[in-house]
Amino acid sequence: MAEGSSNLRTPLILGDKKPKQVSDDICGILDRKPTRMWYIAFLASLLVLGIGTAATVYQVMTGIGTWGLNKTVGWAFDITNFVFWIGIGHAGTLISAILFLFRQKWRTSVNRAAEAMTIIAVMCAAIFPLIHMGRPWLAFWALPYPNMRGPLWVNFRSPLVWDIFAISTYFIISAVFWYVGLIPDLATIRDRAKPGMRKKIMAFFSFGWNGSYRTWVRYEVVYLLLAALATPLVVSVHTIVSMDFATSVIPGWHTTIFPPYFVAGAVFSGFAMVLMLMLIARKVMALEDYFTMTHVDAMCKIILVTGSVVGLAYLTEFVTAAYSGSVYEQFVFMNRAFGPYAWAYWIMVSCNVISPQMMWFKKVRSNLYFVFILTIIVNIGMWFERFVIIVSSLHRDYLPSSWADYTPTIIELLTLAGTFGLFFTLFLLFCRFLPVIAMGEVKGVLSYGRSKKARVFVAQANEPMGVTPVLEGEKA
Amino acid sequence: MAEYGHHTEEPTVYGLIAEFDDSDNLLHAAEAAYKAGYRTMDAYSPLPIHGLSEAIGFKKTYVSLITLIGGITGAATGFGMQYFASVIHYDYDIGGKPFNSWPSFMPITFELAILFGAFAALGSMLALNGLPRHHHPVFNAKRFERASSDGFFLCIESEDLQYDTEATKKFLEEQGPVEVSEVLDD
Repeated sequence: MAEGSSNLRTPLILGDKKPKQVSDDICGILDRKPTRMWYIAFLASLLVLGIGTAATVYQVMTGIGTWGLNKTVGWAFDITNFVFWIGIGHAGTLISAILFLFRQKWRTSVNRAAEAMTIIAVMCAAIFPLIHMGRPWLAFWALPYPNMRGPLWVNFRSPLVWDIFAISTYFIISAVFWYVGLIPDLATIRDRAKPGMRKKIMAFFSFGWNGSYRTWVRYEVVYLLLAALATPLVVSVHTIVSMDFATSVIPGWHTTIFPPYFVAGAVFSGFAMVLMLMLIARKVMALEDYFTMTHVDAMCKIILVTGSVVGLAYLTEFVTAAYSGSVYEQFVFMNRAFGPYAWAYWIMVSCNVISPQMMWFKKVRSNLYFVFILTIIVNIGMWFERFVIIVSSLHRDYLPSSWADYTPTIIELLTLAGTFGLFFTLFLLFCRFLPVIAMGEVKGVLSYGRSKKARVFVAQANEPMGVTPVLEGEKA
Repeated sequence: MAEYGHHTEEPTVYGLIAEFDDSDNLLHAAEAAYKAGYRTMDAYSPLPIHGLSEAIGFKKTYVSLITLIGGITGAATGFGMQYFASVIHYDYDIGGKPFNSWPSFMPITFELAILFGAFAALGSMLALNGLPRHHHPVFNAKRFERASSDGFFLCIESEDLQYDTEATKKFLEEQGPVEVSEVLDD
């Protein structure tokens, strides 16, 4: 019955494609001239990036006094953006590594784009701590290295130093993982390209890959190992990011729930972002056969689960505060929900707790416009979550005389916009020059849900009558 | 001319290559070739084919072991660096914490273990596979550009002890290929 039960699964890739068709479909996108829509999107992103760059140059030259920070709220907008972007990146690693270990075959259609998104998001994130240093050209001071300033080392007990190691390791591993996955696909482009510049570039970067079975065996082992290494890494990265807050003595930050809460939130926002990008890519590049409703459905379910975890974490924080007996802790949470930043708090709750609950319904999950809007709402909500955690915990100090408020300046807003410009510029370039779908991996799942018998079966099941025919010999 | 060393103008033959139209046919041909006693051969495909390495008799890869060694080296480097800096070279009282505050050293130890492990994995994969290598004789084979798209190839190399131009060609043709052709060394 093993053979027969596969009939019940939906094929991952529609259209009953052969391997050649996959190469033609995916490489074909790169062969064609970019569409008008691509140019418009690219120029718009580039413009926003330019504005953000100007704002960054201005604040680096002038100093971070151009921000709305004060003595009480010493961390606000840029740390919010940093945590937001790092969190976005986490979904890429989750799809490429954790779902790989769990043998979730549907990931093959999404993983390439998701990994690219990770790398780009980490770049966007890294900009903020660099600017926040005030003198970014001295950023290397944060690294431990033998120096001539007497024995002088960084403080290895500080979570900010852990952060530097975690983020840079994360960036490097994500890039390695992505590149290893790309090698066979670059070889495919090389072999299809006409002699010329493109062929030479692809030949160089595909390392002379020839598809020998020995290379494939080692390749698969490496892929598995990298997945196994990246899985604890991704959890450690956001854990360490959360420790930037949790190891302090600020009420609202000093809590052990932060690491799991941050990791779930990261996956939540990251999945929403991947789904949003894939919905656009699917439409613009006509990838409907590769990124199907099955994929959308699976991703919506993960958003629902992680969204519910995040909602539970918000609730737990309140219960913990109420039970703690600490007036400061209790005050912070009451102030969060009903104080000056209550508007941000309720945006967060409605976007992150209420809106994903709609994904319980199959009707919602299968309505692409609705899903698209929800993904944007989730990302807005997750940005506000970080803002609420950071600003609302800081702005009411232990000492009422030092209480202060925070409003971002136009420079800070433009810098945030600039990172979105960078994000979309790089992502559009990626879609233009590299295969958005991992061809080698998709070829491996073409037969999923399509044994030779199933092929007939699916064809018949798709008939309008919807009657499930029993094929001869099927009962065996 | 040929009697005095290898100054022949004739290119040498690298092997015979057979193209198949799907992975099952390639797998069967590889099994048959191994059974027939061929050992120096290679199969080329656009996607990994499970069971192929067992069929051709390639069993062990050291990639995992090298990765483990890399990971342990990374952990030792990470902890060693922090211990040296905080206990030996710059023993500075920070908040009354012990110089060897080892629990605080764990995150960086862990991160470096992962980093070195991944480098070892990538490096060993490339080194053992002999990559980057841009000039491989098999690229001279007819229609070989399909090996990265939808062609499945089995190449029996001329270095194989049993290699015989006529007999090997006949053997490959019996396996139901699309085409069998000779690959020249360059």
